Amino acid sequence: MSSRETILQRLRNRTGGELTVPECDFSVLVRDDWSTKERIERFEKMIESVHGEVHHCTEDMWMERLAEVLNTRGARNLLIPKQHEIGQSLRTAGRNDLPELLIYDEPIESWQSHLFNEVDASITSTRGGIAETGSLILWPNEDEPRLMSLVPPVHIAVLRASELYTTFHEAMKAQNWAAGMPTNALLISGPSKTADIEQTLAYGVHGPKELIVLIIE
Amino acid sequence: MSETAEHTGHHIDVKEFHPRAQAAIHDPKIRKNFRSAMDGLMSKRKTAFEGWDLETLRDLGANVRLRALANLPDLLEQLEKKLIENGIRVHWAVDGDEACRIVRDICKARDAKTVIKGKSMVSEEMELNHYLEEQGIEALESDLGEYIVQLADETPSHIIMPAIHKNTGEISQLLHEKTGTDLSNDVEYLTASARLQLREKFMNADVGVSGVNFAVAETGTLCLVENEGNGRMTTTVPKCHIAVTGIEKVVPSMEDVSALLALLTRSATGQHITTYFNMISGPRKAEELDGPEEVHLVLVDNGRSSIYQDDELLDTLRCIRCGACMNHCPVYTRVGGHAYGTTYPGPIGKILMPHLIGLDEGRHLPSASSLCGACGEVCPVKIPIPDLLVRLRQESVDGDKLHPAKVRGHGAKRSSMEAMIWKGWAWMHASPGIYRFGTGAASKFRALQPSKAGAWTDYRTPPKLAAKTLHQRMKERGQ
Repeated sequence: MSSRETILQRLRNRTGGELTVPECDFSVLVRDDWSTKERIERFEKMIESVHGEVHHCTEDMWMERLAEVLNTRGARNLLIPKQHEIGQSLRTAGRNDLPELLIYDEPIESWQSHLFNEVDASITSTRGGIAETGSLILWPNEDEPRLMSLVPPVHIAVLRASELYTTFHEAMKAQNWAAGMPTNALLISGPSKTADIEQTLAYGVHGPKELIVLIIE
Repeated sequence: MSETAEHTGHHIDVKEFHPRAQAAIHDPKIRKNFRSAMDGLMSKRKTAFEGWDLETLRDLGANVRLRALANLPDLLEQLEKKLIENGIRVHWAVDGDEACRIVRDICKARDAKTVIKGKSMVSEEMELNHYLEEQGIEALESDLGEYIVQLADETPSHIIMPAIHKNTGEISQLLHEKTGTDLSNDVEYLTASARLQLREKFMNADVGVSGVNFAVAETGTLCLVENEGNGRMTTTVPKCHIAVTGIEKVVPSMEDVSALLALLTRSATGQHITTYFNMISGPRKAEELDGPEEVHLVLVDNGRSSIYQDDELLDTLRCIRCGACMNHCPVYTRVGGHAYGTTYPGPIGKILMPHLIGLDEGRHLPSASSLCGACGEVCPVKIPIPDLLVRLRQESVDGDKLHPAKVRGHGAKRSSMEAMIWKGWAWMHASPGIYRFGTGAASKFRALQPSKAGAWTDYRTPPKLAAKTLHQRMKERGQ
């Protein structure tokens, strides 16, 4: 008998007999519907409490704010999506206050060490955010691959205020995650951190040292 | 498990709990490191649940876990079917040894020389690192705490904070000796140098091995909770990702995950959520530019299906590995994680390990508790840990030949002298005449009572028998 069959048979032929299936009432997870303003405030508070940074922007001036953010950090380059409108508008803006724009358009194998060693910052879109925990929802794809939000020391994420949910429970229901998930989905709630050395917080242990959120209101 | 332990030569004698506990209690450094860490974790947890109806949330957590366990075989089959549809290969292992061999075979098939690891308690249970090293495959931990513990050739002393027993000075010294890092008390510097060392390793590793926090049957999704980003690196950068998990980690849907996640991170470290919640549902697709080309899941039984047989012991399998029980345990806080000598220390270890190693070897574990009940009160999925400790204590002295107890190694702690004393005690209490004679005689000759009563009087005054028994006094009062 295979190990699979052995295990399943042991579980099915339980000596204790059938187990009762309890009811699960998820209403405790439901928060009163916060106003957009409350959601933004809570999101900002939560992100800042974990060393993240939030900038309030409009459709017209987010690029200006992005340029400031990058220039104060002396970023030499910025990794952008190729297809997404964020990438498109950055490329066509013709601004001279932005660093060199890089595109992740070939398999990681061909430029791994460049990505790990030379890229200073990246910008990605989000599929919304979660106010209660201060989280960003990312579904990486071929346009914004998985490592884009992980390897560069500064990760900038663009979040539309209208896509800010109150809780994770609400977000997954609203976006119908049960219907199917992408190869990789992420909740990101701050920059990479550790407290493994005597409970002292240190940032950027493996992933980005900084997480900067541009909220488009 | 014992075989798994044998192949490593890293076996610690669990039975030697008392000398280790004794040594830890007299080590001020251990006392200080654990006390301050546990105090911090307890207060952070409390703050994190403010504004929540915690009791109702814990009820939901318990029900979500119980529902999943009630349908465990069906859910495992559903999970397997969905994962295969998603392109993830599924393997089953009855014990740690088999799980190790599965990982080895996947590595060998890819001609892999180096494995980078994300944090996984099941892989600790399997003692995977030492096994792989014996097979000529380098296995390197990438979680900072696990990395430190591995450099020191130790085991984790806490399931969430593996290196909590060490202070900054000790870690600096260790990193200096093993990796050439400059001596420094600057945690940022130490962390940054570990980042540099490990980034090289991520880029060159052939295989990434991780654990799983929740496996979702409905969508075929493996969920990982972490702060550092090493879990994401491990599951994204190498060409092959192998996830290992206990069979009890499966839940029906993402909705169940939302409830357990709300409880897990707040209970563990007092965080509303961890930095990364990583959900993996498949290998890299043709059009994608990164991610592993192969993803495997190894489902490990290792004693879990035996626990599953018993209605009471089954509750052990609800555990979501948050560590809140150890953070709140007065015994754990004083002796630290290594005193137990087991993969899982603290209260959860005391109820889980006897199943994995048997009650003969783990005989002292259920007794290493004051039964204060704190663990049961904070458990996010309401495991009745104190009740289970009592049950295992009974099993450890079980002498019923007709209906023997269920846990392997039951009766290992039984002493015929103790059994006889209790038999006599029961007989005396069941016979009023003998009881009156006995207590009366004890009161009359109370002057002869010894002033020392073993370990009890090392730190306490001896209890003194009253001049009159309760029965006599009640009689005098005419009642």
